Amino acid sequence: MGYPNQPHQRETPVLSRYFGDAEARTLEGWKKRGGYKALEKALGMAPADIVSVVKESGLRGRGGAGFPTGMKWSFMKPGDGKPHYLCCNADESEPGTFKDRELMRWTPHALVEGCAIGAYAIGAETAYVYIRGEFTEPLYWMEQAVKEAYAAGILGKNAMGTGKRIDVHVHKGAGAYICGEETALMNSLEGRRGNPRIKPPFPAVSGVFGSPTTINNVETLIAAAPILMNGADWYKKMSLSNPKSTGTKLFSVCGNVQRPGTYEVVLGFPFKEFLYDLCGGPNHGRKFKAVIPGGASVPIQTMDEAEATLMDYEGFVAQGSMLGSGGVIVIDDAQSMVSVIARIARFFAHESCAQCTQCREGTAWTTKIMERIRDGQGTMEDMDTLLDIADQMTGKTICVLSDSCAVPVVSGIKKFRSEFEALIQGRRFHPVIAAVA
Amino acid sequence: MTPDLVGGLESPDYASHDRSAHEPYTPVFTGEGKRELDELLTRYPTKMAALLPALWMVQRERGWVSEEGMVEVAGLLELTPAYVKGVVTFYTMYHQHPVGKYFIQVCTTSPCGICGAEDVVKAFLRHTNTGELGLTSPDGRFTVIEVECLGACGFATPVMVNEEFIESVTPEKVPDLLAKLA
Repeated sequence: MGYPNQPHQRETPVLSRYFGDAEARTLEGWKKRGGYKALEKALGMAPADIVSVVKESGLRGRGGAGFPTGMKWSFMKPGDGKPHYLCCNADESEPGTFKDRELMRWTPHALVEGCAIGAYAIGAETAYVYIRGEFTEPLYWMEQAVKEAYAAGILGKNAMGTGKRIDVHVHKGAGAYICGEETALMNSLEGRRGNPRIKPPFPAVSGVFGSPTTINNVETLIAAAPILMNGADWYKKMSLSNPKSTGTKLFSVCGNVQRPGTYEVVLGFPFKEFLYDLCGGPNHGRKFKAVIPGGASVPIQTMDEAEATLMDYEGFVAQGSMLGSGGVIVIDDAQSMVSVIARIARFFAHESCAQCTQCREGTAWTTKIMERIRDGQGTMEDMDTLLDIADQMTGKTICVLSDSCAVPVVSGIKKFRSEFEALIQGRRFHPVIAAVA
Repeated sequence: MTPDLVGGLESPDYASHDRSAHEPYTPVFTGEGKRELDELLTRYPTKMAALLPALWMVQRERGWVSEEGMVEVAGLLELTPAYVKGVVTFYTMYHQHPVGKYFIQVCTTSPCGICGAEDVVKAFLRHTNTGELGLTSPDGRFTVIEVECLGACGFATPVMVNEEFIESVTPEKVPDLLAKLA
């Protein structure tokens, strides 16, 4: 909803409707806004029917991978005699992404409701919401909401008087980007170091505590309630480009832009109009130079690519990037791309869990070489070395953190090679001159 | 300011100002603390799963997680102290050394970096008299560190002071912000 700015008329606020509305945070306020009606409806349906509706709606995972949610839920086979678990991934730490933070601090009951619906649909009695430790405000509001929901009998052993047991627990992380990777999240929840696990077995077979588990992003779970209330067709119709991308999506916009904030648009919205109209365009006297549209681990887009993009899962891929988590980082002509990429590499080097050699060594060496080039100490061979390291880091490790570090480096060298060369050849980066050129 | 990279990234050196490091350890999990842990244990099918929340309790009560604290938690959750230490050292938010009364974390990851986060860090270092990242000021009040993505990129630069999350900090706001801390 443009939060913290005024809502823009071209937005479609479904999930973000109550951002900034403090009353929506309380149980009473949430119920007044139609809250928990979807859960009531869900508990009156067969779990398989809920899965069918979500499948039919076309909802895809909003955390980054875009896997169809209904299909993920259908992997949880009922009657296998084991407890099932739902984990909500609220470890939002992908640089550029801050949509889940807004969802949790403004509409915590929406997530409690979404978790309860999701848990019931996959045959789980327990849902854990894994929230990163730095999110003190979302943690506070989520804990309050869970407490209120228990006191009102919405959660517990007789959820909403239906005799069904649904527990939701908030679990606080302790500072580790990698715990946003689903298998690392499960290890962390079990009280282990947050090292990702080798797949298979996949979580739906053997997840947290060795039981079948589904892991969903905050935004995905919250979207389930309006889908159940309004029907799959209503959701499916919200699509401006590719029918495989349905519904609304939150995009959190940051960096060198007039109006940073969290915006909600129907998938397929033109990215050019999004950047210049909704987000207000570049800061005074500046021009946009590049966009990283889906969090730091997706390929960097040039402005030609970005302006030709339709904002959905397929649209970003067609223009050389990925939708990812919807964390849009806008970079203007005052920034050196080499500095930006060097800082991203440093982030991944800091966050590598270090269990795979390619990642542990690759992220550190990439950072070292990128910073050498940034500081004017690089050589032309360094670019080839970076590409060689990136190749060794891609597709060879347990999780994709290693790949994520390689992606901005490879796309950066490919699309902004002249900036690398200029720094290597001893020409300093002059933002003011660049702005005129 | 940038630590050297040799095969990995170095953490800031917290050890230089260990004031309370040698004070005797008082157990955390007695009375109310024990009750809180017992309630936590009902949420999970294993005792081990309560490890992160239990360590959070130690840090809340003692300001940091000492080896004695790890031993206490290990005993209660039927783990070895070595295992607990392995977990503590994985996560960046558990302090393994005493820190200043106000632990200040400034986000400097790319989105904040391109919006001027480095200048915010410099302002904090100057006005807190800590001199260097990771060190505690001589009066024991402040420790300043850089932190990786706080997840509030649209509110550059976000800063955490202990449990308080402050949005949109600029270098000019730093003196006022510090003056408000008792």
